[in-house]
Amino acid sequence: MRLSDLTKGDRGTIHGIEPSGHDGLHEIGHAELERRLLEMGFVEGASFEVLHEGLIGRDPMALQIDDMRVALRRKEAQAILVEPHR
Amino acid sequence: MSSEALVTRFALVGNPNSGKTALFNALTGSRQKVANYPGVTVERKAGTVLTPLGRHAVVLDLPGTYSLRARSPDEAVTRDLVLGQFAGEAAPDIIVCVADATNLRLVLRLALELKQVGRPMILALNMYDIAERQGIRIDLDGLARALGVPIVTTVAVRKRGLDALLREIDTLAADKIAAPSQWNAPTAAEIRQAHRNAEQILKQHVKPALRPDTWTGRLDNVLLHPVAGTAILLTILFLMFQAVFSWATPLMDLIDAGFASAGELVTNYLPAGLLQSFIADGLIAGVGSVLVFLPQILILFFFIILLEDFGYMARAAFLMDRLMGFAGLHGRAFIPLLSSFACAIPGIMSARVIDNKRDRLTTILVAPLTTCSARIPVYTLIISAFIPNRVVWGFASLQGLVMFGLYATGISGALIVAFILRRLLWRSATEPFLIELPAYKMPDPMNVLRGVMMRAQIFLRRAGTTITAMMVLIWFLSSFPAAPAGAEGPAIDYSFAGVLGHFLQPLLAPIGFSWQMTVALIPGLAAREVAIGALGTVYAVSGDAGDGTLASTLSHQWPLASALAFLAWYVFAPQCMSTLAVVRRETNSWTWPVVMFAYMITLAYLAAFIVYHLFSGVVL
Repeated sequence: MRLSDLTKGDRGTIHGIEPSGHDGLHEIGHAELERRLLEMGFVEGASFEVLHEGLIGRDPMALQIDDMRVALRRKEAQAILVEPHR
Repeated sequence: MSSEALVTRFALVGNPNSGKTALFNALTGSRQKVANYPGVTVERKAGTVLTPLGRHAVVLDLPGTYSLRARSPDEAVTRDLVLGQFAGEAAPDIIVCVADATNLRLVLRLALELKQVGRPMILALNMYDIAERQGIRIDLDGLARALGVPIVTTVAVRKRGLDALLREIDTLAADKIAAPSQWNAPTAAEIRQAHRNAEQILKQHVKPALRPDTWTGRLDNVLLHPVAGTAILLTILFLMFQAVFSWATPLMDLIDAGFASAGELVTNYLPAGLLQSFIADGLIAGVGSVLVFLPQILILFFFIILLEDFGYMARAAFLMDRLMGFAGLHGRAFIPLLSSFACAIPGIMSARVIDNKRDRLTTILVAPLTTCSARIPVYTLIISAFIPNRVVWGFASLQGLVMFGLYATGISGALIVAFILRRLLWRSATEPFLIELPAYKMPDPMNVLRGVMMRAQIFLRRAGTTITAMMVLIWFLSSFPAAPAGAEGPAIDYSFAGVLGHFLQPLLAPIGFSWQMTVALIPGLAAREVAIGALGTVYAVSGDAGDGTLASTLSHQWPLASALAFLAWYVFAPQCMSTLAVVRRETNSWTWPVVMFAYMITLAYLAAFIVYHLFSGVVL
């Protein structure tokens, strides 16, 4: 499952970073996107909760990730594989 | 000890929101200087401090970053400087990695990366009081051993821990050992490994908060709420504009009066002639017409810095991101566009917060379309002269509606042009929106004040150099050659500006501009509202829009269609040399000011043409 599929209140663990091939519209390229996400704390094993969503298209999304808060667009969230907690 | 040994340089490096700038301010106080790094438009903030052992230390406040792999020009400066690859600037002797003690995870990874650079390093755990209050227990000795760097704890806003930091600087400066740099841009695998190392260190030496900050979460529940949050943002913006326009007015009047009396003084004490005209009309009036915006700029930046320090600006970017995204702009473009309502110059300068070059250029190019306050006098004059003071739909003033319409046209113009620019020039996907939402913090009054003063300094320096030069040029064009003896028309008619006005008039005839209007546009290039003074000169009546003389003259001289076309022209036209000069500086190229001038003048011509033909023959 990808982070972009989740909604407010969902929790889980980051499982991997894998920018998908077909949505290849990230200006900076997949490798760079992966590194930037890693640098912002989206690293395997980190736990997260979706805190807030934007008004239009529920985009962007704000997350608690480990002990910090980060916002990103769903488009970028698509690159993040997650394991939701039930 | 030789005198050379008593000098050292250290650089503050850290994540954004680590309180790095507060630490810089606490260390250097008023002994700081802001300039630009040569060749790039990144601000170089340097200051000096005396260490306990009497070393004169130069402190550099480097742009905040999460990694030495630079993503923006700001971050590239941090990287190049730290690595000693910056032309004309030696590597710092010591690196001080500044960390928010309540949020160590990401900065530990940065610290591990900085260690590879090989320079002596200190980790400063800033905001340590907040960490203590939250019950975060940090084993300082263990952490220092694990990282292999000395650690000091600081509370920058209370000036705590500064001595300890400077003593550490003394110790490291005495050794002056720098190993060769082993740093390479880390690969994804290396970043993951560094995360694991940081995680390991964190687990061993830092116990999580016993009383974590719950305020940030509670505030975010309201401030990031899709509906309530957006409504609050709009309310904040509304209050901000109220303040910018109402608080600034008395100060602006004061500055205006000050420059007017200075001009009078010169007129009274200097013999009439070129020198008098140059000082009174060229220098004093010219510089005054720009300086009059200083109060608005200061108030605007006061709010922006206050909100930034509070931690709200990242939230504003979050709330606005999707809306800006429609136009192909980044959520962060919101701040520069907002500033442009006061004046496009600080707006364009604050576009530096945008990482991506294309996003920044798009923002810079459309910023002058938002209605800056220099347009207000022009709008007010024309509206009061031509739009009847009538109530429509039972509640709305027609004059107010026209004013609103002009603002709305400017904003939608900016968004549409951004949309088109993105598609025409850069047919590419957008930069990721990926920002940290920092914990809310009470802004420190001294830091806010210092930030506002710094903005003032930058604006004044610019007004003192580039803008003054432009003013003198415009004065020259409007004053030379002088009117011949016994001339009947106004003197400006005989000047280069007048000749140019007459020459250009046939070009502007299709949009309904008379030669007087055309001539007024030329001094109006200095600053938009100067056109009013110029119209006053041309019609040889008082240039004061307030007493109604000029307004009534205009209402008799201009057809309605021409007046409305003039308004439409003013929404889009690049009637501000200072803006173009700043764009030249910020983009470091002549291409972008030229592109800006070309597209804006085209839009202005088209808009004025359409309006003129739409309203020809219409009587209100």
